[in-house]
Amino acid sequence: MHKAQFQSPLYPYLLLLPQMAIVAVFFLWPSAEAVRSSFFLQDPFFGNETFVGIDNYTDAVTRSDYGRAAWFTFLFTVVVTFFSLGIALLLAVAADNVLRGQGPYKTLLMWVYAIAPPVAGLIGIMLFDQHIGPIVDFVALFGWDMRVGVDYWDTGIAMMIVATWKQIPVNFIFFLSGLQSIPKGVREAASIDNPSPSGRFWTIIFPLLAPTSFFLMIINITYAFFETFGIVDVMLKGEPGNNPVTLVYKVFLDGFRGNDLGGSSAQSVILMVFVLALTIIQFRLIERRVHYT
Amino acid sequence: MWKTLLAASALALTTAAAQAEKIEIELWHAMGGALGEATNAVAEQFNASQDKYNLTPVYKGNYEETLTATIAAFRAGEQPNIVQVFDAGAATIIGAEGAVIPAQDLIENAGFEFGTDYIPGVANFYADENGKMVGMPFNSSTPILYYNVEALEEAGVEPPTTWEEFQEIAPALKEAGYVPMAQSHLPWIFTENFMSRHNLQFATNANGYEGAEGTELLINVEPIKAHFTAVKEWIDAGLFGYYGTGWGDNQAPFENGEVAMWLGSSGSFGGLKQSADFEFSATYLPYWEAVTEEPYNTFIGGAALFAMSGQPEEENEAAAAFFQFLSSPEPQVFWHKETGYVPITATAYELAKAEGYYDEEPAAEVGINQLQQPGGDWTKGYRMGFYVQIRDVMNREYGRIFSGEATVDEAFGIIEEEGNRLLERFAQTQSG
Repeated sequence: MHKAQFQSPLYPYLLLLPQMAIVAVFFLWPSAEAVRSSFFLQDPFFGNETFVGIDNYTDAVTRSDYGRAAWFTFLFTVVVTFFSLGIALLLAVAADNVLRGQGPYKTLLMWVYAIAPPVAGLIGIMLFDQHIGPIVDFVALFGWDMRVGVDYWDTGIAMMIVATWKQIPVNFIFFLSGLQSIPKGVREAASIDNPSPSGRFWTIIFPLLAPTSFFLMIINITYAFFETFGIVDVMLKGEPGNNPVTLVYKVFLDGFRGNDLGGSSAQSVILMVFVLALTIIQFRLIERRVHYT
Repeated sequence: MWKTLLAASALALTTAAAQAEKIEIELWHAMGGALGEATNAVAEQFNASQDKYNLTPVYKGNYEETLTATIAAFRAGEQPNIVQVFDAGAATIIGAEGAVIPAQDLIENAGFEFGTDYIPGVANFYADENGKMVGMPFNSSTPILYYNVEALEEAGVEPPTTWEEFQEIAPALKEAGYVPMAQSHLPWIFTENFMSRHNLQFATNANGYEGAEGTELLINVEPIKAHFTAVKEWIDAGLFGYYGTGWGDNQAPFENGEVAMWLGSSGSFGGLKQSADFEFSATYLPYWEAVTEEPYNTFIGGAALFAMSGQPEEENEAAAAFFQFLSSPEPQVFWHKETGYVPITATAYELAKAEGYYDEEPAAEVGINQLQQPGGDWTKGYRMGFYVQIRDVMNREYGRIFSGEATVDEAFGIIEEEGNRLLERFAQTQSG
């Protein structure tokens, strides 16, 4: 077998350099700066710093709303990830089975993907508006007096629904291409062995989709954690009040709305460590069960 | 033909030269929509009023975004000449000593005479502890009570002057099918101005004006706790509507006739005139007779203009000329009529009065009169840092009171504890 060899041992490093430079400038340097400024309190205008040790950390986690925000972020992430993956998989399997007119189905289902998060948030605001929102009127028929912006969980549920809706198309695209890459022969062989479609799905199709699912799970968790920022911001209209906020949104509130740079840095460092731990756990525990072909 | 062309280009050259000689200054503001148009109009009037300076207004997003953009620009050495900063951000920018030139100094350094007839409730808010004006009040408003004339007639009641009266008339309004009252800003109307209306001390260090070090909130006190206890009871009895923290969410039900009375800003007047299709009027913010026999003045909300330091001398002069123009009567009256914000000088107020504006629109005079009611020791305003977060804590805890998640005592305990922690942290940023 022919082995690819670089002529100079330095050459591969040279090729890596641009990527490494990007990582250094956009990740390592800001992260280091965040860690450093999390030990200081800063005057916003002149940047004069006072060293306060771990005060920023203790202050952040002992505030009465921190635990509540953490708990909400956890629930939000679990619910959004579960439903956006589940519904997307269901839709993908259904679209995959459609023989005629598959194109329009697929296009319609992917459509939402083109919507920017703040726009999704705006649509959410209109649908869930406490005075004129059609969804609020609809659930009122069942006796649910939904008050988004006033009731903590009503707002939370509205944010979860919008965030899930926004993420389904991405998952749908990946699941569909995952399904279509499963060889026909495998499916045909399976349909001889097992006449039940759901049985075939869980024993053959689902395990073969595992690499896609694992990948999607990771990007969905990161999505729910970080990228729902725009939706949360728009749906809260910039005024958190007694409404749920995610931890990332709290970092923004304290840092950019309140100009508390030290406190905000400390919270972002906590998040960074948490996400690092989460990623390690995912790769150690879950990826072992995933078989790549 | 060549001649005309030549003449035209010569003319173009000379006007270009004249324009080049003009000193350019920039104003960063947070006035969107109709308010932004009024701001642009004021800038155009200033530019047309003289030929030395040219002011360019730049919209920078909402109040918080404008302040954040200013901070970033200041740290990069690219700050604008003038920036609009809102009430809750005042401590941040005034506390950063050397970041701004006090308006009074700016005006006097440029050789102008600093005016003395500013309306007290307006002038004090953005002044330092010695009474020197640091920020030039720009869009100033104060909380007042708007009411739906028809709704009150239907229920056969008069607008209340005290909260005791409100309690008496509210059931009749409910009976007539209305939510009797709503409000749009709990920290501003029911906290800061509640304290001022009853002349209660809001924070130590003279409401924070004497410095950030050691300033503590004095909010965990009986009168305001009794007020929130009453509001919670009203909400439970259907006598008061709470529609969340959003300003518009609380204004909307008044505009569509669901709510009979609404506590909003005197600056909401212009907008209400366009959006409400019923007859409405306004009166003073109610007070508790049990707390004070006579009400005290409220102070202003809104924002002020600050001249940033680090600019060339001639640009500071341009900024001073603009401040001088802005506080002169005609632009004040224009701004007052266009937006509903109050005029900042007594002369401007007299001018609007002489023009007969208040005969046409009596409701437009309520805010300015309320600002001129008798003052007390604690009616100047407040100066506290990290105040945006403190307001967020208030909004959160008040929301918890109204939803029944927390008792009034618990909520005020948390506001006091977390508010004081924020103040202490802010003081630390100032000492470095």
